[in-house]
Amino acid sequence: MSVILYLLAASLVLGGGGLAFFLWSLRTGQFEDLEGSANRILFDDERD
Amino acid sequence: MTAPQATRAETVCTHCGQPAAAGQRFCCPGCHAAFDTIQSMGLGRYYRQRLLDAGSRAPRPEAGGHQELERYIVTGPDDRHTLSLAVDGLQCGACVWLIESVLAREANVVAGRVNMTSRQLRLTWTGPVGDAPRLVDAIERLGYRLVPFDASCLAAAQDATGRTLIRALAVAGFAAGNVMLISIGLWAGEAAGWLTGMGPATRDLLHWVSGLIALPAIVYAGRPFFRSAVGALRHGRTNMDVPISVGVLLVSGMSLSETFAHAQHTYFDSAITLLFFLLIGRVLDHRARGQARATAEQLLTLRAADVTVLRPDGTTERRAQQAVAQGDRVLVGMGERIGADGIVEQGSAPLDTSLVTGESLPTDAAPGSVVFAGTLNLGAPLIVRATATGELTLLADCVRLIEAAEARRSRFVVLADRVARLYAPAVHAAALTTFLWWHLVRSVPLEQALLTACAVLIVTCPCALALAVPAVQVIATSRLLRLGILLKSGTALERLAKVDTVVFDKTGTLTEPSLALMRDGIAPEDLRAAASLAAHSRHPLARALLAAAGPVVAADAAMEIPGQGLRSGDTRLGSRAFCDVRSGTAAEGPELWFARPGRVAIRFVFTEHLRPDAAETVTRLRALGLSVVLLSGDTQHAVGPIAQAVGIDEWHARCSPLEKAERIETLASAGKKVLMVGDGLNDSPSLSAAYVSASPASAADVSQTVADLVFQGANLAPVAIAIGAARRAHGVMRGNLALAIGYNVLMVPLAVIGWVTPWVAAAAMSTSSLLVMANSFRARRT
Repeated sequence: MSVILYLLAASLVLGGGGLAFFLWSLRTGQFEDLEGSANRILFDDERD
Repeated sequence: MTAPQATRAETVCTHCGQPAAAGQRFCCPGCHAAFDTIQSMGLGRYYRQRLLDAGSRAPRPEAGGHQELERYIVTGPDDRHTLSLAVDGLQCGACVWLIESVLAREANVVAGRVNMTSRQLRLTWTGPVGDAPRLVDAIERLGYRLVPFDASCLAAAQDATGRTLIRALAVAGFAAGNVMLISIGLWAGEAAGWLTGMGPATRDLLHWVSGLIALPAIVYAGRPFFRSAVGALRHGRTNMDVPISVGVLLVSGMSLSETFAHAQHTYFDSAITLLFFLLIGRVLDHRARGQARATAEQLLTLRAADVTVLRPDGTTERRAQQAVAQGDRVLVGMGERIGADGIVEQGSAPLDTSLVTGESLPTDAAPGSVVFAGTLNLGAPLIVRATATGELTLLADCVRLIEAAEARRSRFVVLADRVARLYAPAVHAAALTTFLWWHLVRSVPLEQALLTACAVLIVTCPCALALAVPAVQVIATSRLLRLGILLKSGTALERLAKVDTVVFDKTGTLTEPSLALMRDGIAPEDLRAAASLAAHSRHPLARALLAAAGPVVAADAAMEIPGQGLRSGDTRLGSRAFCDVRSGTAAEGPELWFARPGRVAIRFVFTEHLRPDAAETVTRLRALGLSVVLLSGDTQHAVGPIAQAVGIDEWHARCSPLEKAERIETLASAGKKVLMVGDGLNDSPSLSAAYVSASPASAADVSQTVADLVFQGANLAPVAIAIGAARRAHGVMRGNLALAIGYNVLMVPLAVIGWVTPWVAAAAMSTSSLLVMANSFRARRT
């Protein structure tokens, strides 16, 4: 049953990674302008 | 009427989409220049991809005075300057693209990003600070209006709570997911117990891991609840957060001691899942009440402009509104808002007081007249000696009035809180009884009895209850917002549902906000000739005349004599005296005279127009079982026909603002729940006296701030729509509460007799929450 130890650790690392990623995206303001992002995708970038 | 409209549709300005003179591609040189600029930059795609939004300001460039930008520029350590600006005139995604593309062409701009949700532009550049006006000008020349603001005070106040809640939600979600995963292993081990079984060592390990994940998460994610519960208890009250906090803490503590004792059941999963569901409700609730009000307040903040103070030595100085002292002499240029209450010392000009009084016609100010902060100078420069500033101005008074209205409103007990008041004691009594019964009557060991009592607390914990109201609020509010109805207070929906009397104001509410020209007997060519003069003025009557005439070419060399009229050579447009008319009697309503040499002077009379669907809306409100009343400050003569036209039997004319408020108080004391619909500052007292209040978006800013609900557009129908939607939402809320309580009634007996194991609690809790969420979506339909 020692496999359970690895599995527990793996699930925690993966879940923790997801949490860290979400908190990071929150802090960098990715949820500030949901309307803008939905529209922005329709236009090409102006970087030639 | 139809013919000119048809031609108008054909000749719209290529840039801004507003009517243009026949045969012209552009309505004004500004639009032409903007079009050329965009084409020369190779951004012509903008015109193909955009969708003009009739509801927002057309992108027509306006020549405006330069604003003070320096105060708002923040310079970072690496010599980057940042400026935050509110953007007026954003139509769709293409506008965002256009602004960002134009800024990207500027070599020294590091970043120029538009937030479409909050309509703000954040501009970062390197090089001289003095570059700001040039960059802002480049955008303004395209037709957008930019207003700088202090990002630090807005953003900070905006959403610290919201962010805390979402972070707590994320942590709780992470922990709940992982603990639940482990719990499934535990339940499976228990269910398979009579086959192979899970060894006690493995079970203990899993309990320990659950506890190590859940406990820190509970401490972190539970803070919003604990804080609110402590606050309530300190004031000797109880709210929904008290049973939540007690339940969560007791269950976690109990589970920890069970883990130490190598026991079979722990409830870490229930405790953390509970917090997760409750936090969803909290986040939704925060959204519902926060956003709309923040927008309104932000707009008011933006209107607060700088003030030019005249120093004793004759030089001028720009100061923030708060920095103006009593006795300062303030210079107010044409088209500028007065920054302080005061007395005019020098100059005379018509003032647009609509922000303060909601009155559409300007009033004249001359030396000695008292003027108020927030009024707009339409004529020549004035020098005003400030008598009251900042906190003491009439505008600030209104803000205080608003605060008083808010305080009055907060006394309204929300449905959910009323339930909570009964709920909390009932839950605690049930848990205590369970504990005492098992321990004393049935003589089970202390721990066993405590565990059963905990199970009662868990199944009664109000997650479905906490979702019941906010979920409906968010769904109904966002649906109304899409229809142009802005609900500003969290409880407006509930109060709106209970309304049984609607009181309307007349001017600007039942009637359209702007005046309309009475066309009878006026030749179209005369109208056009007069309108070409009127094009030079911002006076409301001139604008009404211009609107009636359609697109015209502005007359040459016209000059405005403030408070009197316009002249171009010997042609005059203005008051009776200005045009030297001596015959005839004055008209009922406001009038304008048009005099040309060698011809008989022509009179233009203006009148109020009913909103197109006023009568229909009144009928609809009646059909909803509401009684409709009209209260107006106007004369009997003016109010009677209007009341008859829309079908209101009960109307009162010549009501002063105080009388209106008194009448509403009388209705309220007779047990009526009054919805007041009004638009001017003179309506503000009655708006705040009413049970719930509404204002059209054209109303004075102060009224909009006092009102619970602001509706856009020329129609009155939103009032009826909002009431209908509110009633429906209220029905769904009650349904949700019934569902949540029904679930508790079902589960509590099971918990009391000790049948609720951790997995039963988890399953029951999730199903009831999901059920309530699903039911809430019914509020989306009308």
